Order: sequence, then structure tokens, then C-alpha cells
Amino acid sequence: MADKAAKSAAPIGAATARPVMASRSLRGSTENRPVERIVRGALAVCGLISVATTFAIIAVLIGETLGFFAEVSPVEFFTGTVWTPTFQNPQFGVLPLVVGTLQIALFAMLVSVPIGLASAIYLAMYAPPRVRAVIKPALEILAGIPTVVYGYFALTFITPVVIKGIWSDAPVFNALSAGIAVGIMTVPMVSSLSEDALQAVPRSLRDGALALGATKFEVSTRVMVPAALSGIMASIILAFSRAIGETMIVVIAAGATPKFTFNPLESIQTMTGFIVQISLGDTPRGTIEYKTLFAVGFTLFLITLLMNVLSAWVTRRFREVYE
Amino acid sequence: MRAAVVRASDRQLRRRKLVGTIALGVFIVATLSALGVLAILVGDTLRDGASWLDWSFIKDLPSRRPERAGIWPALVGTVWIMVLTAAFTFPIGVGAAIYLEEFGGTGRLSRIIEINISNLAGVPSIVYGLLGLAVFVELASMGPSVLAGALTMTLLVLPVVIIASREAIRAVPDSLRQASLGIGATRLQTVWSHVLPAAMPGILTGTILALSRAIGETAPLIVVGAATYITFTPEGPTDRFTVLPMQIFDWISRPQADFHAIAAAGILVLLALLLTMNLAAILLRNYFRKNQNW
Repeated sequence: MADKAAKSAAPIGAATARPVMASRSLRGSTENRPVERIVRGALAVCGLISVATTFAIIAVLIGETLGFFAEVSPVEFFTGTVWTPTFQNPQFGVLPLVVGTLQIALFAMLVSVPIGLASAIYLAMYAPPRVRAVIKPALEILAGIPTVVYGYFALTFITPVVIKGIWSDAPVFNALSAGIAVGIMTVPMVSSLSEDALQAVPRSLRDGALALGATKFEVSTRVMVPAALSGIMASIILAFSRAIGETMIVVIAAGATPKFTFNPLESIQTMTGFIVQISLGDTPRGTIEYKTLFAVGFTLFLITLLMNVLSAWVTRRFREVYE
Repeated sequence: MRAAVVRASDRQLRRRKLVGTIALGVFIVATLSALGVLAILVGDTLRDGASWLDWSFIKDLPSRRPERAGIWPALVGTVWIMVLTAAFTFPIGVGAAIYLEEFGGTGRLSRIIEINISNLAGVPSIVYGLLGLAVFVELASMGPSVLAGALTMTLLVLPVVIIASREAIRAVPDSLRQASLGIGATRLQTVWSHVLPAAMPGILTGTILALSRAIGETAPLIVVGAATYITFTPEGPTDRFTVLPMQIFDWISRPQADFHAIAAAGILVLLALLLTMNLAAILLRNYFRKNQNW
């Protein structure tokens, strides 16, 4: 009986509660409708793919590198100065590749830092708007040119015309030529990031210094550059990191001879160059060559990661904050 | 005495101004030298390659003899890779951007994704090649196919597309969203019918520019196993392939001068393709900017 009453009362109860239910069902039929939820979930998955990529990169590199270190001692890998992994009696000292890589990056910086900084200062301090509107995108073109094209340029112009013009007995493949080409490629990175940093310095600082009678050059070097130093340094580190990871230019112009040398006029090999050399051949999974690819790739990944973290740290640590 | 002081400071001022003028000269020369190198690079390539460039060079297969060699398989391979990469990158990249801008808010997940994207942008492209080799070529046993290459390129350009799409979505004024929400649309309906159409020109421009960067990428595809010498055009996603910069690299690495010349001709084709894509992006942006009503 009570059961029945409850049953028959139920619809009435539902009817009186209708306004509340209606507002809930309105929400239920819109924001939390299955379609909305599914699409929102799918969008989140799209975002997570990038996180998955990072994990996959780290997992793959570490996995194969551990396999590599099961066969080669880490001490030999990190301290050895002979790199002959494809020889009959292979030796796995990665230092020649690291030195080769750093050498290229160093020459690249010798080109891109002065040119990039000079053009950043010119664009931020001197250039009339109309000149700037032409030069800035023109410089950006340098960053958009495919790296094989720079490789071709290094091999058919920089080496034979510029380098052999100075040192006539220089070899066809040398670190200097590739380094210069990588430097040209990274100019826009230094110039545009540094210019952004200079533009971010408050106008009042520049105007104050000019009003005190400083010349534009003095304002640039003693006020603007120190104030923007964190951004400028970050841009240089990022360009360095980019130079370390650069591949095709060094494969084409720097040679394929892993050598523990600091002589810029010798044929060398970089970490990226080695990876390409091995990849061009046939390397079945599980062979020591295959694992070597990942061990070198992991070393490269760690160095560039270190650079990127350093750049972010420099930006935060040395930022000049103005009210 | 006072006159002497004035004269001394006069001299000093003149010296300071002179230093300033010289410095300006140095800055201008440095800036122009970078542009000069660009001019030499293009001029050098034109001089070497222009005479080899004709219709049969485009339509021919590669050959052991430079005068008969063409770039057709590489051109078709590049188009295959680009079309597939665009098809994968566009939905994923835009989806991630919408999530971060419209639904992620300031949550922890979106912060992790954000930091992650900026870190991914700094990973050398060849490392993506290693990822593609291990995951797509070996683990998923796709082999060195068009599909494996396109998926690798997708992961490579994804951060750039996400960043560009986010900027485009952020540029859509909030009043548009509020008007839509105000008349009862859900957030998803608002995004789909109002935010996305308004942001589309920016998204398309950013995607085209990202893909134009990817066209020149060679290193990741070498690691994935793209061929250096094939005499057929890929017919489907499971075929082996080569791309333009790969073919150019193959010709550059041969010692004969004639092969270097056809490499230059190949570079001209590649640059023309790049220029077309960039031009398309610029025209698209200008067209929509003119017709934009906010």
C-alpha cells in the first residue's frame, strides 16, 4: 500500500520538481551532451600527442642506448678519442664527433653573433621604418632556405672561392666552410630574437640617455645592449643549439672523417653527420650500428636539451625588470 | 683657460660623433653583408643550374648520365609527403590549439602541454628521424615508406602548427565568443561556428609556412630510410620514396661537375616550390585581412 502510494506519488514529485530538472537537463543537453564531451576529449588527445612525442623520443633514445651500453662500456664511449664503429675492430670513443660538432657550432657563432647583433642594433636603433620593413623579412629568408642549399653553397662557393682563395692547399671538405654556412643560416635567429629584446627595453631609458647627450652609438652599447642582455644571450644560445643539431650542411661540406682535431681546415665528422652516414647504408635493427645511431642521437639530444634549458634559465635569471 | 676647456670638450664631442658614425657604417655593412650572401647564393645557383632547367628535367627519371637525369620521382615524392603531412598535421595541430586556447584554461594539463611544445620545438630534426625509424619503420613495420616519412614529418612540424594556430585563435576578439555564448550556444558550438572560421586564415597561413619549412627537411627522412636513387614514382603510402632535397643531396655528393650542375637545377625547382608556398600564404593573409570585418 505504502509502496503503491510511493509509486503513484513519484510522477507528481517529478512534476513539482520540474523547474529544477529542466535547468539541469538544459545543461545536460548542451555543455555536457555526449557529443560535446567526446569532442572535448578528442581535442585533449590532440594536445597530448605532443606530450606523447616527447616521451616516445626519450623512451626510444634511452632504450636503444641502454642496449648499446650493454656492449660498449660508457667509459670508452665518453672518454675515447677514436671513433671507428664500422671497422673490423671497432672503437667507440665519441669525443671526435663531439669535438667536430662543437667546432662547427663555434665557427657558426663567430659568423652569426657579430652579424646578427650588428643588424639587430641597426634595425632596433637606426633603421627608418621603411628600410626596416624591407630588411627584416629579407633576413628571415636566410632561415627559410633549405639546408641542402647551404650545403651546396658551402661546397661550390665558400670552399673553392673563399677558403681556397686564402689557403690554397685547403681540402675540399673542411670544418671551416661548413661552419661559415651554418653561421649564415643562424644569422636571422640571432638578429630577430636580439632585436625583439632590444625593442622590449623601455623607450624612456633610451630617451633619457639621448637627452643626457649620449650619441646613438653610446646609447646602443652602454644602455640598450646591457638592458637587453638576457634576451641577446638567450638568442645566441638558441642559435648555438641550432648549429649543433644542423645536419645537411655538415654532411655535404665538412666531410666524413671523425677526427680528434681542432684544426678548422681538416675534414671532420659531426654527431649528425655520423647518423646520416650510417642511415644511408643498410642497418638492420639489433645490430651494433643501429644501436650506435641512438647512442649518438641521445648524446646530441642531451647537449641540445642542456642548451635550451640554459637559454630559458638565462632569460629568467638575468632579465632586467622595469616598471 | 675657459676657451681651452671648451675647445677640448669640442674635440671630444667631435671624436664621439665620429665613433658613432663609424659604428653606424659597420652596422650597415654587417647587415648588408648577410643580404649580400643571400644574393650570391641565389646568383651562384642560377648561374650553375639555370641552363639545365627545362621541361624534360622536370619530367625525367634520375639517370646515371647527368644530361638525361630528371627529378620527376623526387617531385612526386615531395608532393606525397607534403599532402599526407598536411592531412595529419592540420586536424591534430588545430585540435591541440583549440584545446589549449578554448578548453584548457589555466589547468595543469595545458601547462604541461605548453612547456612540452616549446621544448619539442628545440629538438634537432634528425632526432625526429630516429624516433620515426624506431617507432614507424621498425615497431609498426611500415618500412621506409611514404607513410612512415609523412608521420615523422607530422611530429616534426606539429609544434610549429600548434603555436601558429594558437596565435590565430587568440587573435579572435572575445566579443565574438561572448555574443555566441550569450544567445545560448555551447562552447563547442561557439568554437565551431564562430571562432574557427574567424581564425582560419591565420591557421592556414601558419600551416602553409610550417609545411614550406618541412619541404626542405632532409635529415629526418634520410634516417627514416628515404631512398637516394629510385627510378619509379611512389603510387601509394606504402611505397618507397625519395624527396627533392634528398635527390639534390645525392647529386651533390657525386664528384662530377655535371651532377653538381643538375643539383643546382634541382635547387632552383625546390626554391620555386618554396617561393610559391610562401606567396600563397602571403596572398591568403592579405585577402582575408582585407575582408575581415573586425
